Amino acid sequence: MKALHQLKKALSGSWKFLRRDKKALVGSIILFVLLLITAFPTWFTPDDPAAEIYTPGAGLSWSHILGTTSFGQDVFSQVMAGTRQSVMIALVVGFFCTLLSVAVGVTAAYKGGIIDDVLSLLTDVILVIPTFPLIIVLAAYAKSAGFWLMVFVLVATGWSYGARQLRVQALSLRNRDYLLAAKARGESSWYVIVVELLPPMTSLIVANFLGAALYAVLAESALQFVGLGNINTESWGTMLYWAQNNEALATGLPLWALAPGVAIAVLGSALALLNYAFDEIANPALRPVSGRKARKVRS
Amino acid sequence: MSSPILKVEGLSVHYETAHGPAQAVNNVSLELHEGEFLAIVGESGCGKSTLLFAIAQLLTYPASMVAGSVIFNGVDLAKLSPEELRQHRWRDLSVVMQSAMNALNPTLSIGAQLADVCKAHTDWDDERIAQRSAEVLAMVSIDVAHLKSYPFQLSGGMRQRAMIAMALLLEPKLIIMDEPTSALDVVAQRSLMSQVQRLRKELGFAVLFVTHDMSVVSHFSDRLAVMYAGEVVEIGSTREVFDTPEHPYSHGLLEAFPSLLGAKKELLGIPGNPPNLVNPTSGCLFADRCNLVEDACRSSRPELLASPTGRSVRCVVVNRTTS
Amino acid sequence: MKFLIRRLGFLLVALWAALTINFFIPRLMPGNPAEAMMAKFHGHVNPSAIKALEVAFGVNTHASLLSEYFSYLNNTVHLNFGVSVSYFPLPVTSVISKALPWSLGLVGLTTILGFILGTGIGALAAWRRGGVLDSVLPPTFIVVSAFPYFWVGLLSIWLFSLTLNWFPLLGAYNETSTPAWNWPFIADVLWHAVLPASTILITSIGGWILTMRNNMITVVAEDYVKMARAKGLSPKRILWQYAGRNALLPNLTGFAMSLGFVISGAILVEYVYNYPGVGFMLLQAVENEDYPLMQALFLLITVAVLVAIFISDIATATLDPRTRSR
Repeated sequence: MKALHQLKKALSGSWKFLRRDKKALVGSIILFVLLLITAFPTWFTPDDPAAEIYTPGAGLSWSHILGTTSFGQDVFSQVMAGTRQSVMIALVVGFFCTLLSVAVGVTAAYKGGIIDDVLSLLTDVILVIPTFPLIIVLAAYAKSAGFWLMVFVLVATGWSYGARQLRVQALSLRNRDYLLAAKARGESSWYVIVVELLPPMTSLIVANFLGAALYAVLAESALQFVGLGNINTESWGTMLYWAQNNEALATGLPLWALAPGVAIAVLGSALALLNYAFDEIANPALRPVSGRKARKVRS
Repeated sequence: MSSPILKVEGLSVHYETAHGPAQAVNNVSLELHEGEFLAIVGESGCGKSTLLFAIAQLLTYPASMVAGSVIFNGVDLAKLSPEELRQHRWRDLSVVMQSAMNALNPTLSIGAQLADVCKAHTDWDDERIAQRSAEVLAMVSIDVAHLKSYPFQLSGGMRQRAMIAMALLLEPKLIIMDEPTSALDVVAQRSLMSQVQRLRKELGFAVLFVTHDMSVVSHFSDRLAVMYAGEVVEIGSTREVFDTPEHPYSHGLLEAFPSLLGAKKELLGIPGNPPNLVNPTSGCLFADRCNLVEDACRSSRPELLASPTGRSVRCVVVNRTTS
Repeated sequence: MKFLIRRLGFLLVALWAALTINFFIPRLMPGNPAEAMMAKFHGHVNPSAIKALEVAFGVNTHASLLSEYFSYLNNTVHLNFGVSVSYFPLPVTSVISKALPWSLGLVGLTTILGFILGTGIGALAAWRRGGVLDSVLPPTFIVVSAFPYFWVGLLSIWLFSLTLNWFPLLGAYNETSTPAWNWPFIADVLWHAVLPASTILITSIGGWILTMRNNMITVVAEDYVKMARAKGLSPKRILWQYAGRNALLPNLTGFAMSLGFVISGAILVEYVYNYPGVGFMLLQAVENEDYPLMQALFLLITVAVLVAIFISDIATATLDPRTRSR
């Protein structure tokens, strides 16, 4: 089937590129490790993360690699346990955001006319309204955000950037001859969209997914940090909240505050690196160029 | 015969690809005399545009000139430093590109783009620049009011003529044209070519013209070169090459154009595909598609040999029969 | 001109959308929290402020939803946002006006600086393709831009304030000194601003550099740049007038779109450093359940973003003649 063949071509080309690209390699390895920790957290937590049974405010030691919190919890276990919340929210929000972006962006580009105008206006308005203040206000009224409320808020504010990008690409593909040929053959709109239009957009869609996931991680941890999330969950943002509220930096327990931040940065970097790698797949001109050769022909 | 203003010797260009370097232009040599019009024709991908940009020293990564010299009035352009090269640009040789929409800066006015050149190479004051700009626009029949216009405000034909006007600014000895008519309809094509011819007669510059459409240049060029797979396979006076092509590829190319008059005949294409340039064979590159092919063709690359009439052909079989 | 008018129209639509969202949020949330707040105010606050709060929060809903909506819009235009809870009995507008200059200074200046530096560096990196800037910067900044803003802030505080003691810990100026237009005070402000400004700069500049670099790479491959080289123009002129000018255009649009992101980062930076700007005030308002202040701040931030977008639209129209006729 043509769609499968196109998809296979896109995937194998991407696979070859990813194998050689260092950024993608690093990003993928990190992501894989984090997914492992998410799936099997107990393998990585030497102690019960919530148990407040250890010496509070202890420094680095062999039994507590990252020290303990001022409540007497093991920092390392907390960081490991927090992985699940962040990775889950990244994947779930990423997925729904991408779904919405693709639906709106591609429909707007494909249908054109008034539908395009309305959808584009909606996309642009949401894009332009500053989302973080809006999330803050929403979260403030909701008092304590559960996982799904958080997902809803993040998806509602995060889909518009992707929709815009995908619409632009879909527009440039829409008028290509092979699509017009498909329509002339009498294929239904669904077929044209799913089989002919979407496969060449795969790398951009994946890049979008990664971008949305990155956005989710940063936004969620930010909300937890300022105390607007559910402070009873085990997540990196919550750790930061407790650390900040207990003056971790000033009382000589910097790791309590810095370690979860490093974890967020690591997950974020992995997503960002892969995002960039997929951007390079979608646009080959951006791929890395060796220094000597490039400079020789520049006069 | 006066010495040539342009002498290209053994020019080779390689393109970096994922599978190794592709030989886009292989050991090309040609000469151009003052006021002469040389047309280079060939199918897409034969290397003619690459050759042109190599001569003009405008190649960019992944293409690079790996061998040869480009001697313009005694100076080898390929050996100059970027700063020295800059001095020669546009004064001695200027370029007209294929699509004026893409070759003109969309955010600057026509007048500003003309002034750019003047400011870079002369010490003319603003008044003199404006005067010269108006002069060149008049030469191509564009209203001087368009100095203030932006490229998107002009029609396709006008943009192309504006490019030619720009090429004439510093009265160069040679103008290189890369398929300037490809983006135009036939009427505009004809009009452009006549204009170029007229200007050439008035101002005496030489023209190096690349196209895939032979019929455009057949009435205007002095000499015609045919390129295939990065090599010149035939070169001679236009009339001769056009009326009696000798190389099998030129023959096939010309047979593909039906004549307006004369009897109906079957249009023959050339079977097969262009060769792989990354690992080219050591024999003749046209061998697989040639109807005159012999064993001798595949053993070594044929040379471009000149016959007494001034025609040069790169074919073992043809050169044997004519000598 | 037509272009600018259309953009203005669009931004007004966006503003209207924000206002409407603001109007409906308190009404849609479970258990109207505003009622308790209103009870506190009664008798202590002037009637027009009370009215404004009633229509904004849907308390004492005697009138229909539609008429309340119009009263709300009317109040907004007259900048009547009622009275703040945490700064009682000061009106919201005067509370905000104390914080606004600090944010404009810190966030506004840093964002503009970041944009200019970022696009400049990005242009140079693409120009010297394959050079040091081009190979080192992209991976570095991809990673850095994934760092949470507030974490970079915390890191800086720990490193530069607490450990090395180079910079002060918190705030915009030393608590003991009084604000005045003299050099010692201004120097104090600048010294306090270094860390928060650097935090914002480091985390946001990566985005500008990367997008400008990517645009430049595409533009440098265009025929008109090749043409500029053929014309023998000086490399500087080609870089800025031919390549840079054209590459900047999509970046300006990108600037508008990413402002939301920059603002969120700035809010967090203010929070981490206790910098008395609009963002810090917003988060404190949330903690204190000061709803009138919160909603007014949300509107203010939205308006600021929309104004910034409009300014970048003007810049685009100036640089790109094609937009002027569309």
